Amino acid sequence: MNFYAIRAIYKFEMARTFRTLMESLLSPVLSTSLYFIVFGAAIGARVGNVDGVDYAAFIIPGLLMLPLLNESISNAAFGIYMPKWAGTIFELLSAPVSAFEAVIGYVGAAATKSLMLGVLILVTARFFVPYHIEHPFWMVAFLSLTAISFSLFGFIIGLWADSFQRLQIVPMLIMTPLTFLGGAFYSITMLPPLWQKISLFNPIVYLISGMRWSFYGKADVDVAVSVAAILGFLALCLAIIGWIFKTGYKLRN
Amino acid sequence: MTTNIVSIKGVSKTYKGGLQALKSVDLDIRRGEIFALLGPNGAGKTTLISIVCGIVNPTTGTITADGHDIAREYRAARKKIGLVPQELHTDAFESVIATVSFSRGLFGHAPNSAHIEKVLRDLSLWEKRDAKVMTLSGGMKRRVLIAKALAHEPNILFLDEPTAGVDVELRHDMWQMVRRLRENGTTIILTTHYIEEAEDMADRIGVIRKGELILVEDKAVLMRKLGKKQLTLQLQTPLRQIPAELAALPLELSADGSALTYTFDTQRDETGIAELLRCLAAHGIDFKDLHSSQSSLEDIFVSLLRS
Repeated sequence: MNFYAIRAIYKFEMARTFRTLMESLLSPVLSTSLYFIVFGAAIGARVGNVDGVDYAAFIIPGLLMLPLLNESISNAAFGIYMPKWAGTIFELLSAPVSAFEAVIGYVGAAATKSLMLGVLILVTARFFVPYHIEHPFWMVAFLSLTAISFSLFGFIIGLWADSFQRLQIVPMLIMTPLTFLGGAFYSITMLPPLWQKISLFNPIVYLISGMRWSFYGKADVDVAVSVAAILGFLALCLAIIGWIFKTGYKLRN
Repeated sequence: MTTNIVSIKGVSKTYKGGLQALKSVDLDIRRGEIFALLGPNGAGKTTLISIVCGIVNPTTGTITADGHDIAREYRAARKKIGLVPQELHTDAFESVIATVSFSRGLFGHAPNSAHIEKVLRDLSLWEKRDAKVMTLSGGMKRRVLIAKALAHEPNILFLDEPTAGVDVELRHDMWQMVRRLRENGTTIILTTHYIEEAEDMADRIGVIRKGELILVEDKAVLMRKLGKKQLTLQLQTPLRQIPAELAALPLELSADGSALTYTFDTQRDETGIAELLRCLAAHGIDFKDLHSSQSSLEDIFVSLLRS
């Protein structure tokens, strides 16, 4: 293992994070705060309870997941896309670094940043809504697994993208609808039966449901299914990355 | 220790689009030498370097660097190699010292601030160590790239067009540095468009054309073998034609008849100059000035590419 390389990449990526602290941490926190004000305080007061949980508290797990998913993807995608775009990737390709080590460095840094963001959002939420966490261990587990697997997904997008447009198209066109329809603001049991069935094809439903279970012990789908879904996604991303580095797809021509 | 530090065998490269950039290249680089790879744009110089450094996968062939196969033992091989690319690819937002330290770590070395400081001082970058790379001039960025390549103490250094777009001072500094590195045992492989640089610096020369290595030769041998010497005599009074008695000699009269050029082979012991001068004196041909010139590597290079 080339630990020095992992450390160098991780440090480099974290330095980039701290250089862009405003954009990368403060803006998601700001937009989440706005959600709390609008949905939690203003609308939530009229909605009342969902599954026996106050609406403002009900949306916290979802509001935690939304920026976590988006930021994990865009951080990791940007992290590996930038050197490709600037040409500095030559150094990584010519270095005695295995694919695995590069992934640990880049994805580790992106996931770290996502976790920092998650903690920041939880702290922010505290100012608006009192909430409790029933299964703290599982909350941390869901948070970490989501951060890691979606950072891996972002890394794949960054490798695949060959323009800034492509870099943004997946978060924009795929993730935004999936997350909004993933039950962040409602329980899927509130949907008509047909849409409940369709929702089960949305992987984000399992993540948000699992996260909500860790908070309040209530879930749309069985928590075991949620855990299986996220582990499956993690394995899929790892397999794709393994294939990319093995074949040199879009990396070594 | 073998004498060859880099061994390239049967390496070819066909890009996806069908462009054949290299056609089965065999090349051995000797330990401790400065090897200059010459060739016109698009000849395959950068492709060859990129393959050795692991940036481009070869279509066929094998390469060893300091005894390590670059594919199977890529870690050991790549640790030995430093690359200064042709393009100024740098991390714009990083400080000089951060980006150079990053390179050292990436190549698997423990941090060593003394070495980093030495590299930065050698390249006159120490004063700029905290400056962001984006604020530097093109020449300084080139120095940063060299510092990055040297950060992990490689013993094989590739310089791809190191002096393209570089001012005189930096070029001078760079060649001094190259000489210093060679004295410390680093093997240097460079490509350049400035043939006089290859002539000054290189121990051996390789010429690549359309993906084929058409020649690899000791510089001195190459200059001797393919080089010609000419003696030009400015005549006191112009001649209409070369006297018949001298017609057998390799003489050429200039268009206005004011100069005679004698071409001779540098390899022969008998250059025939003494004989020529005696003949000229005998025919009463006086000259007011003379100079001799030797074909440069550039002349040789151009004639090779045309052949």
